[in-house]
Amino acid sequence: MLLIPCPWCGPRDEAEFHYGGQAHVAYPENPAALSDEEWARYLFFRDNPKGLFAERWSHTAGCRRWFNAVRDTATNEIHAVYRVGEPRPVTA
Amino acid sequence: MSERSEPMSGAQPYRREGATGKTLRFRFDGRDYEGLEGDTLASALLANGVRAVASSIKLGRPRGVYAAGCEEPNALVQIEEPFPEPMLTATTVELCDGLVATGLPGQGRLADRPDPARYDAVHAHCDVLVVGAGPAGIAAASVAARAGARVILADERPEPGGSLLGTTETLDGGPGRDWAAREVAALAALPDVRVLRRTTVVGHYDDNYVIAVERRTNHLGAAAPADVARERVWRIRARRVVLATGGHERFVAFAGNDLPGVMLAGAARTYANHYRVLPGSRAVVFTTNDSAYAAALDLADAGVEIAAIADVRQAPGEAWAARCAGRGIELLTGHVVTAARGEGEVSSVEVSRREGGEAREIAADLLLVSGGWTPVVHLFSQAGGTLRYDEELGAFTPGETRQAVEAAGFARGVGGTGARTLRACLEDGAEAGRRALAAAGFAVPAGIALPSAGEEPAAAPAEHLWLVESDDYDAHFVDLQRDVTVAEVLRATGAGLTSVEHVKRYTTAGTAHDQGKTSGLLTSGVVAHALGVDVSELGTTTFRAPYTPVSFAALAGRDRGHLHDPVRVTAMHEWHVARGALFENVGQWKRPWYYPRAGEDMESAVLRECRAAREDVAAMDASTLGKIDVVGPDAAVLLDRLYTNMMSTLKVGSIRYGVMCRPDGMVFDDGTVIRLADDRFLVTTTTGNAAAVLDWMEEWLQTEWPDLRVHCTSVTEQWATVALVGPRSREVLARLAPGLAVDNDSFPFMTWRDAEVAGIEARVCRISFSGELAYEINVSSWFGLALWEAVMASGEVTPYGTETMHVLRAEKGFPIVGQDTDGTVTPQDLGMEWIVSKKKADFVGKRSFARADTSRPDRKHLVGLLPEDPGVLLPEGAHLVETSALPEPPVPTLGFVTSSYRSAALGRTFALALVSGGRERIGERLYAPVGADLVPVTVTSHVLYDPEGARRDG
Amino acid sequence: MTLRTPGADLPDHPDRLWRPAEPKRAYDVVIVGGGGHGLATAYYLAKNHGITNVAVLERGWLAGGNMARNTTIIRSNYLWDESVGIYEHALKLWEGLEEDLGYPLLFSQRGVLNLAHSLQDVRDSVRRVNANRLNGVDAEWLTPEQVKEVCPIVDISPHVRYPVLGGTYQPRAGIAKHDYVAWGFAKAAADLGVDMIEHCEVTGLDVRDGRVTGVQTTRGPIAAKKVALAAAGHSSVVAGYAGVSLPLQSHPLQALVSELLEPVHPTVVMSNAVHVYVSQAHKGELVMGAGIDAANSYRQRGAFHIIERQMSAALELFPVFARAHVLRTWGGVVDVTPDASPIVGLTPVEDLYVNCGWGTGGFKATPGVGWCYAHTVATGEPHPLNAPFSLDRFTTGKLVDEHGAAAVAH
Ligand SMILES: Cc1cc2nc3c(=O)[nH]c(=O)nc-3n(C[C@H](O)[C@H](O)[C@H](O)COP(=O)(O)OP(=O)(O)OC[C@H]3O[C@@H](n4cnc5c(N)ncnc54)[C@H](O)[C@@H]3O)c2cc1C
Ligand SMILES: [Zn+2]
Repeated sequence: MLLIPCPWCGPRDEAEFHYGGQAHVAYPENPAALSDEEWARYLFFRDNPKGLFAERWSHTAGCRRWFNAVRDTATNEIHAVYRVGEPRPVTA
Repeated sequence: MSERSEPMSGAQPYRREGATGKTLRFRFDGRDYEGLEGDTLASALLANGVRAVASSIKLGRPRGVYAAGCEEPNALVQIEEPFPEPMLTATTVELCDGLVATGLPGQGRLADRPDPARYDAVHAHCDVLVVGAGPAGIAAASVAARAGARVILADERPEPGGSLLGTTETLDGGPGRDWAAREVAALAALPDVRVLRRTTVVGHYDDNYVIAVERRTNHLGAAAPADVARERVWRIRARRVVLATGGHERFVAFAGNDLPGVMLAGAARTYANHYRVLPGSRAVVFTTNDSAYAAALDLADAGVEIAAIADVRQAPGEAWAARCAGRGIELLTGHVVTAARGEGEVSSVEVSRREGGEAREIAADLLLVSGGWTPVVHLFSQAGGTLRYDEELGAFTPGETRQAVEAAGFARGVGGTGARTLRACLEDGAEAGRRALAAAGFAVPAGIALPSAGEEPAAAPAEHLWLVESDDYDAHFVDLQRDVTVAEVLRATGAGLTSVEHVKRYTTAGTAHDQGKTSGLLTSGVVAHALGVDVSELGTTTFRAPYTPVSFAALAGRDRGHLHDPVRVTAMHEWHVARGALFENVGQWKRPWYYPRAGEDMESAVLRECRAAREDVAAMDASTLGKIDVVGPDAAVLLDRLYTNMMSTLKVGSIRYGVMCRPDGMVFDDGTVIRLADDRFLVTTTTGNAAAVLDWMEEWLQTEWPDLRVHCTSVTEQWATVALVGPRSREVLARLAPGLAVDNDSFPFMTWRDAEVAGIEARVCRISFSGELAYEINVSSWFGLALWEAVMASGEVTPYGTETMHVLRAEKGFPIVGQDTDGTVTPQDLGMEWIVSKKKADFVGKRSFARADTSRPDRKHLVGLLPEDPGVLLPEGAHLVETSALPEPPVPTLGFVTSSYRSAALGRTFALALVSGGRERIGERLYAPVGADLVPVTVTSHVLYDPEGARRDG
Repeated sequence: MTLRTPGADLPDHPDRLWRPAEPKRAYDVVIVGGGGHGLATAYYLAKNHGITNVAVLERGWLAGGNMARNTTIIRSNYLWDESVGIYEHALKLWEGLEEDLGYPLLFSQRGVLNLAHSLQDVRDSVRRVNANRLNGVDAEWLTPEQVKEVCPIVDISPHVRYPVLGGTYQPRAGIAKHDYVAWGFAKAAADLGVDMIEHCEVTGLDVRDGRVTGVQTTRGPIAAKKVALAAAGHSSVVAGYAGVSLPLQSHPLQALVSELLEPVHPTVVMSNAVHVYVSQAHKGELVMGAGIDAANSYRQRGAFHIIERQMSAALELFPVFARAHVLRTWGGVVDVTPDASPIVGLTPVEDLYVNCGWGTGGFKATPGVGWCYAHTVATGEPHPLNAPFSLDRFTTGKLVDEHGAAAVAH
């Protein structure tokens, strides 16, 4: 049970959140222009690093806002949280 | 079980003089005994001279009490009364009046009746959590609490004191245990301090999330109040954690080290001092360190004859040696115990010089062993901390961690070789408390008043002896509970295994009830010995939660039965119950399934309900459908992007059916969209998907299209909905809503009107999920029951449930998402090309329709099936094949039946199915294997009833 | 006193297992990952294809990953034909594996029950049973009363929050002892000449002109004509060394055991709706699996609320477990694909093969995937049984979507 610092509500138990996978994967501008490979990449391929990962969370049982976090998937340590639309912060 | 001497009934022959407390009666292995309040089952058995408590799992060897706490490897018992509980250690079972228990041969037994106890869980937050109320823990908690921090102090035992309970050490001039009791009582009186007794911290998770289990009523036995939770799970989030968890003594592998009468030296000391029980009459002590001397002297004081001390070292602590000499105890330095002997229990001990030579047999009924002390690092390791090998201690101690946790006192190795110095532990605890305060942002008090401890002799270095060498290792036990001997460890290393994890799995060492608390390091030591490497290189196996076993029921807590998952009911629920409806679980909702009348089975009830809807008038509680208000200037843009069809062109006052897909093009949900205003829509979803659809909308809005000015609100619970269906529904509605023009021109299909229905403000929608003339009347859920009762008042409207709803829609070929789709079905597969916009440049899912697999012509299509025998009902889930006889498997399937019913309207059975290339097969005969038969069916359009749509206008 | 506990004795392991090997400079095939899949692949490469100049590189101790952590459920009653193909092939191999490997595997065909708790569960279950039968897989649909006959301790009363409406049953399904399986393959492969190299982490893949030529390891570089990945939860990391990205997400998955108990539970029960799966192992402990943690993580440790939820689910179905105790919990890292089916086959890099994505359910496939993957590696062409599980399916859309059948596919 991680303690996740919601940028809107402060630190809350993980059970209040919904996980949203990799952050910064934009819906393609023009899907029709993509090849099948490119579209498949958007649909199914997400980064899966062991280490720092920019990911999405939604505080579903709280403010219901989506936000981003940089978490180390090897230790579960959260290095930063930031709002949707903000660039990924530089973390150590 | 064997006993040394026949005790007189209730005599407690091994109870020390001066023991006080209420007498408690208990029964063990079919015999009645007495013990004292404050006893554990183990101490009470020892007081009664019961030596063999259990028998070992593989070899069936008798086993006695070995330890005095949760690390006990041997004395496993089954509780029978007050309620059966499998496998507990006798050393942790608090004695209660009427306790009935038996010794275990290895497997526990579950009760065959339901557990009447209740269990619960609470959340707690604190600045500093201190685990362990021994000297270090109390010192840490005192420092933190006195500076105003919110402190939780948890200890597994019924009273505080930790190691002080087993010793005769003094603090501030009195018994250490009295100091502990006073200090903890004072702490408990502080407003921000919570002292948890009988509470074992079992798990340490990320971000200092700590799980503890409190045993609240077990010690009360049959007198436990039924309304108090028997066990409580504490979910603690702590800013800092101080682990003052002390140490466990370990033993040494020598022949016969499992015989009843062999006991850890520190445990014997605890029995003598704390429980006032003598674990034997004449003892030999075998040690590698100074700590056993204190045990020997305490036992001697208590009246146990100490026949000899065999110390593997040449140079034990001088002061200790002198004290023993003063007591006339024979000290054999440089000696080891080569064997414990006896029939079923120790009667003699064989000692010899370490390097071999003449062995000497000493008569004794007790053999006290100390192979050194191992800090309890379980929680530190669980928290992700590393361990490092402490050469001096001969054990692993806490290393680095990224969590806000530190160990204090002996858990950190303070006090060195095992003769734990009380003063050093107190100081270390206080320092840990100060650090915790500083880290949690509190002002750290300057001076710390610690109790004055008595002088302790300087300790001599311990020697780290894992096993006593021999030619025959068959009775040198390493893991007592798993009956693992040195011989077996050698077999494992001989087979080529070089890692402790492999040896553990080869031999099963460390996997028993005690999870290797006393044997883990010993196993590593013996493996290291066998491989000729150092223990420090080898490491130990991983420490895993829970620290001690936790009952399933405690973890389940209150989340059982109707609290397992919330039960959601509609405003009309009571009415349905009163009418004898049977219910179907749909997600968390209870929905009326059908309303059988006296003498009706499901089939006849559903046929009757269907007939009423098609020929007369019927009503269904449709309140559970998800409803989402989508509001804002860009609401139409959002819906256009999420639905496959166009929603922006919908006129205010009108309604449109829509389908949503996932980006992969597969159908996700469907429902109607009502335009309430230019900037306001009401979206309905399937019952089970309501939350998912709202989440879906919010996800797209917030993460992809934050520029859209839209907000979405769930209003499912705010509305109650009655679907009024059938050719006579207009007539009934007209009566209920005299102010509403209900004729087809004034109120056409797929429009909605505000109206007063039965005197209640309502929104009436002309939509139909049955193909019949139908209305959905929506009112505030407060008035749901009133509306329903008004609809039903005349007695002419037949209530119907989900089963009838399913039949009616299936006759019309309307799919149910989740029943006629399974996450691999596109709108086109459902025969809904018409709902996939060609005009919109894009919507979620569109791009996927062009993928190779999604545009295959032989995809499965939704079709209708008519069994050739109109009386045969196909089972839902039946498959379809091409041939009238089944070839050898594997037989290629063409598809399967998704829905199947008896239809009153068609006067026969029918089904919907997903069939490969199904639309091209219309008119074909296929076969459905059902049991041993192949049922011939004809493929038809999925719309079987009123394909022209003539009935919807009444 | 010679009370002995039934099932207390496990069969002995052989006196010789494998000798830890020193890495050679070059191999015909280097297998990355010494879990069940890597070991089985090595064995069948040697046995079926005569390729013995093979090294299995394992970063920790052999078979210490998911192979050592799973709940050992073996079954082949999957929904789609493609899945049944490979899982049933595996089950048939299981049925002769003890003999083939000469190792007692405690393979116990005690049957697996999958319970249904909603009308839709019932439809899905019957659909799967019928699909299985057409595929020649033993499968039955049981009424609640029949469920109770197979497993008398299941609570089939209507008071349960989500009552048991029936279940599917595969009598040939069951469990085995994971370590014995791993060691059986390791010993048999080692006996045929395969090198077992432990504490050897692959830290890079050498790719030249689109072809893999060897691996970098913590014990030095090793050249290889072919490299076969079998790194389970770490597949994304390892494949990444060659620039190959995989549609995988790694999640913690937990399991637990109770103390040893007298026999109460004769079969294996799984319930996806209530979310619990449990069997009683040979020695008497209840073995249970939980759900995956939602968030990606390589930490071999799951969150505790998942365990609590699982316990409440377990007591819903098995009230008799109330006073059983959790002795030990642990976690593995599982590699989950978008369609809950594995990826086995070629990669865009020549001579580099991938086997991954088995997620929560690859133990049962061990012999089957070893057989097929060995064929793929040996011949350079996918075996017909793993051909449907190509990486390419994510582009064409021809997924093998086992999600519909089970959220967690053990
Ligand atoms: C809790 C749990 C319960 C499960 N229950 C079941 C079940 O009941 N039934 C079932 O069928 N399946 C189950 N599974 C899934 C099953 O365990 C896995 O799918 C299967 O074990 C994966 O194949 P493997 O044995 O080769 O994986 P692993 O044993 O994980 O092998 C992969 C190996 O690769 C090594 N490795 C990784 N990176 C490197 C590197 N860079 N260099 C060298 N070596 C590397 C790892 O150390 C590891 O040993 C369960 C899994 C878990 C975690
Ligand atoms: Zn929030």
